[in-house]
Amino acid sequence: MARVSIKVNGKDEACEIKPRTLLVEFLRDHLGLTGTHVGCDTTQCGCCIVLIDGKAVNSCTMLAVQANGADVTTIEGLADGGKLHPMQAAFREHHALQCGFCTPGFIMSALELVAKKKNPTEADIRYGLLGNMCRCTGYENIIKAVKAGAEAMARVG
Amino acid sequence: MDDFNYHEPRTLAEAAVVLHAARNGVYIAGGMSLIPALKHRRVRPSDLIDLRLIDGLAGIRREADTLVIGAMTKHADVAGLDIVRNSIPDLARLVGEMADPSVRNRATLGGSIAHADPASDYPPALLALEAIIVTDTRRIAAAEFFTGPFTTGLRKGEIITAVNFPIPDNAAYVKFANVASRYAIVGVFVARRAGKVCVAVTGAKPCVFRFGEMERALENSFTPDAIKAIVMSAQGLTADIHGTPEYRAHLIGVMAQRAVASAAAKPRPA
Repeated sequence: MARVSIKVNGKDEACEIKPRTLLVEFLRDHLGLTGTHVGCDTTQCGCCIVLIDGKAVNSCTMLAVQANGADVTTIEGLADGGKLHPMQAAFREHHALQCGFCTPGFIMSALELVAKKKNPTEADIRYGLLGNMCRCTGYENIIKAVKAGAEAMARVG
Repeated sequence: MDDFNYHEPRTLAEAAVVLHAARNGVYIAGGMSLIPALKHRRVRPSDLIDLRLIDGLAGIRREADTLVIGAMTKHADVAGLDIVRNSIPDLARLVGEMADPSVRNRATLGGSIAHADPASDYPPALLALEAIIVTDTRRIAAAEFFTGPFTTGLRKGEIITAVNFPIPDNAAYVKFANVASRYAIVGVFVARRAGKVCVAVTGAKPCVFRFGEMERALENSFTPDAIKAIVMSAQGLTADIHGTPEYRAHLIGVMAQRAVASAAAKPRPA
């Protein structure tokens, strides 16, 4: 067993876990944060993306022990009580999801790309979302939503 | 995934001691290649030795005419930092087209080259730029480092600490990527330094290799036309669902010509 101490959505979580525990298993099975999804389990679909110290990473391809001491943000950490984060609100407004399975990963990737560039172009958005797959929407509305979400975030400051 | 013991050494010496003491110890850097292999049980270590807490393994610096990139440096940094863009722009571009952003946030230079995937993008860059792989015990020329599919010249317990890239006068990398994985079906890195030309090919054989006939022609004339008539034999080239050996032989010519055109148009930044 290994002891990990990871800050998740602002809360310190300390746990004894098997070293083979994936970060996504830690989040879902140990902490009950099931908003982070396992799609492909092979680092291709991006459904499991969370932010670690602000960087988008696939939590299915990272051991929880590798995140020891890190600051993790999942989809559950975005809304302010009942008020959606501007990027979440933009996804709803622009119909950027149908089944919603991939959405948490898209939103976490979008947040890193907006953190790197406040007003991303369509090309920036497509490049930044290369690690996320959606099998419902055809991507167009996702691109629109990220652009609108970035603008809304810039307004909020 | 099987159970394993997990270690977080603070120094290179400590890491090597733990590895040699283990029944079947394996180092982990970013884990982007190793964790999938653990899931498939293609690698079944008794002990996993994490290098992330060892100081001095990440970071990029310029030393005269050499770019030194630490082994634990993430792809995202090689792709994004001005120090790389201003020294070897096509190295930054190559890394920026590997996989996707979330993979590049975790994957490392040292992990990638130790894995030595025969379709990976870093190996042709190291080979064509005549990079030196620095380990905790010695320095290895790229030509001696890549020895086969998923096989390198590293000895048991040896740890890559950095790679030294001599800065070329001209360089370019062009790949024909698999649209799903972004791995190279064929990729060609062309570099010219002080009149010497290196052409390195990935994705086409079980191991990255140099194409000497093209190098000699390009040393006479650094133009796409100089290599137009040079055709790689399909003998020994990879056959898989993505392409036949003949297809890959053709792609080598096309990618090499494009790389030369691109390199010739981009002299070394001042």
